Amino acid sequence: MTRKQRRLVMIGGSLTVLALAAALVLNALRDSIVFFSTPSMVAEKHVPAGRRFRLGGLVQPGSLARGENLQVTFKVSDGDATLPVSFKGILPDLFREGQGVVAEGALDSAGIFKADTVLAKHDETYMPKEVADALKKQGHWKDDYGAGAGISVNPAGGKAAEASRGTTR
Amino acid sequence: MIAECGHYALVLALALSLIQSIVPLFGAHWRDVALMNVARSTALAQFLFVALSFGALVILHVTSDFSVENVFENSHSLKPMIYKITGVWGNHEGSMLLWVSILALFGSLVAAFGNNLPLTLRARVLSVQAWIASAFYLFILLTSNPFLRIGTPPMEGKDLNPVLQDIGLAVHPPMLYLGYVGFSIAFSFAIAALIEGRIDAAWARWVRPWTLVAWIFLTLGIAMGSYWAYYELGWGGWWFWDPVENASLMPWLAGTALLHSAIVMEKRNALKVWTVLLAILTFSLSLLGTFLVRSNVLTSVHAFALSPARGVFILMILCLFIGGGLSLYAWRASELKQGGLFAPISREGALVLNNLFLTCACATVFVGTLYPLALEVLTGEKISVGAPFFNLTFAPLCLLLLMALPFGPLLAWKRGDLLGAAQRLLAAGIVALVVTAVIWAWTRGGASLAPLAIGLAIFVIGGAVSDLVDRAGLFRLPLGTVWRRAWGMPRSNWGTAFAHAGVGIALIGIVCESTWNSEYIATMKPGDVAEITGYQLKLEGLDERPGPNYREIAARFQVSLDGRTLGTLAPSKRNFTTRGSSTTETALMSRGLSQLYVSLGDLSGQAMAVRIYYKPMVLLIWFGPILMAIGGLLSLSDRRLRIGAPRPALGSRRLQAAE
Repeated sequence: MTRKQRRLVMIGGSLTVLALAAALVLNALRDSIVFFSTPSMVAEKHVPAGRRFRLGGLVQPGSLARGENLQVTFKVSDGDATLPVSFKGILPDLFREGQGVVAEGALDSAGIFKADTVLAKHDETYMPKEVADALKKQGHWKDDYGAGAGISVNPAGGKAAEASRGTTR
Repeated sequence: MIAECGHYALVLALALSLIQSIVPLFGAHWRDVALMNVARSTALAQFLFVALSFGALVILHVTSDFSVENVFENSHSLKPMIYKITGVWGNHEGSMLLWVSILALFGSLVAAFGNNLPLTLRARVLSVQAWIASAFYLFILLTSNPFLRIGTPPMEGKDLNPVLQDIGLAVHPPMLYLGYVGFSIAFSFAIAALIEGRIDAAWARWVRPWTLVAWIFLTLGIAMGSYWAYYELGWGGWWFWDPVENASLMPWLAGTALLHSAIVMEKRNALKVWTVLLAILTFSLSLLGTFLVRSNVLTSVHAFALSPARGVFILMILCLFIGGGLSLYAWRASELKQGGLFAPISREGALVLNNLFLTCACATVFVGTLYPLALEVLTGEKISVGAPFFNLTFAPLCLLLLMALPFGPLLAWKRGDLLGAAQRLLAAGIVALVVTAVIWAWTRGGASLAPLAIGLAIFVIGGAVSDLVDRAGLFRLPLGTVWRRAWGMPRSNWGTAFAHAGVGIALIGIVCESTWNSEYIATMKPGDVAEITGYQLKLEGLDERPGPNYREIAARFQVSLDGRTLGTLAPSKRNFTTRGSSTTETALMSRGLSQLYVSLGDLSGQAMAVRIYYKPMVLLIWFGPILMAIGGLLSLSDRRLRIGAPRPALGSRRLQAAE
């Protein structure tokens, strides 16, 4: 093999692997990302039933109801709109009424958000960033939501303040 | 007083670091030995002062001095002693102080053991190291000073986040930092080489052990963190593709690539330009990881309400070092001479392929981590990228890499014989196929990919074993000779085999756990029995008991298999009064390499929500990385690589390589 051929093989091989990686990434970005919405965004956009997304907002006080066999329902609100959520499984430790929550799942035909994952953080003053931003945008942000006290800080890379999740698969 | 001493020591360390940043560089430029030697003494003194500063913070935490804000925010007088100590780095300020302490430690190690480095190279390396240190000292002193006092000292502290009150915190962050920061040495060497405009095999010989040390710690740190998440978070997951985890995975992937390309450079004097680039990229990714975790740019559940000034400051450090490093590279890299020709099918070729796959895999993680951020900045749209994305991108690339992995060590340098390598892998291949077939037949109708993936893992392990067998001449030579050959084999060969086998073992664990994991979620009353993969777990009762700074409800489960009692499991739910938050303490029972996993949900009346998992082969997920780290240690103990080992031929080799 001449020098030139060797170089061609090397460059060709590199480009092949790079092209493969790029194709995989583009394909995955089309299919596997999940968008974030608040209840009012859901109302505006008419999200079709069955499409997965993340719903964020505050758990409406007084809306939490526990049913048989770990079935729970609650309402998520962002001040302007509310959306009923149903979930089967164990809620995270810091799931509270009036606190921020992010749930992942899809709407069913009745317009109820069927969540299969519920996230909340191990911190009493936690507000998911998406929720905070959405609330700020709609003018429902109160300064005391995420303010100062007791903010937990994660050691680099630690699972420290990792979300606890309730999952059913 | 102690706080002030700590603060002052930190300022002195900054001053020393500033001297170390500038003076040795001029020394190296003017070939002034005295000025170059300044680097050595300042590096050692700098470490001394940072260590003093860190020690001061430890004392403040241990003595619960709540007049210091950092202690007040993160400690409590009733907290057990071990968590008072680990709590030092369980918060932003303290963990940054740990970061710079480790940076200074690495700098002082180069200073102490770098006597046989060329004097100019050592001076420049230490200078670059001091630039990084200065930037982070300034960051700490200006934005995150852990020694700030409170005007009117409170009586009691706010306690550490309960999730962090675990032994995991004692080990995980320091390990991870030793890894992250250890790559700074590779970076400093790369920058110094670019300034010198010369690079040779001796350079790689120096960089490789340091990279290896960092890599070993990072490997263990990531594995440790994963196990911590697994037992602490209470829902059985061990990797979440969370941005913070990705932030530690990216330097690991790049560092692994760097380890391999440094071999090519050391042995064959080739791939110089690429190795330097990788060294810069690896540390850049470590810095990026620090930035992602330490600023609140992430739209993840890890986002903290920190002051934006910190994020901006770290972003500036990031731009300065990554931008500066890459610009210097663009400017000077062309002056580094390429050497060492090789055919595409050769050990070098295989290592290039390894590098390609690792960097591409790293790039997919990078895209998955930063794409949501970029999209939000550009369009305001919020998305989350989770496991499905990485399963579609990262996983295939890794599987391809693993398919090629066993061939690499069997190929010769310069020009390899692929057919010969394939023949030597025949046995491993056959074993892998048989295992695949058996598992496929056994789990008929189940997942079809899992048996293939396990077959691949067996192939990787078999490849590592057959490499050793081959080199020792087992089955070909008399046993005595085999013994002597195995004993006399360079330790780095053993290291390679161990590390590669570790990859295969981790893969088996990952595949088994994610495919055949069984789960039982329900509410249970005392007396109820849960059944999971043949095990019966009877809830015997719920006990309430006090702890040092919490109250907990523990559930007693009696575990039995076919009527035989195996023991009890007692998961609990802890309520920390100071912070008003609760944590879930899981209970684990190992059965061989598999585990029974029980965690609790909410109690309503007498009914307890429980989550029970049976996780087959789950322990292999962490044994794999441990085996990799052992491989790394074996490599490190190889005489030819030992840090600071005298190398008589250094001078002549340098002359030769410098051309």
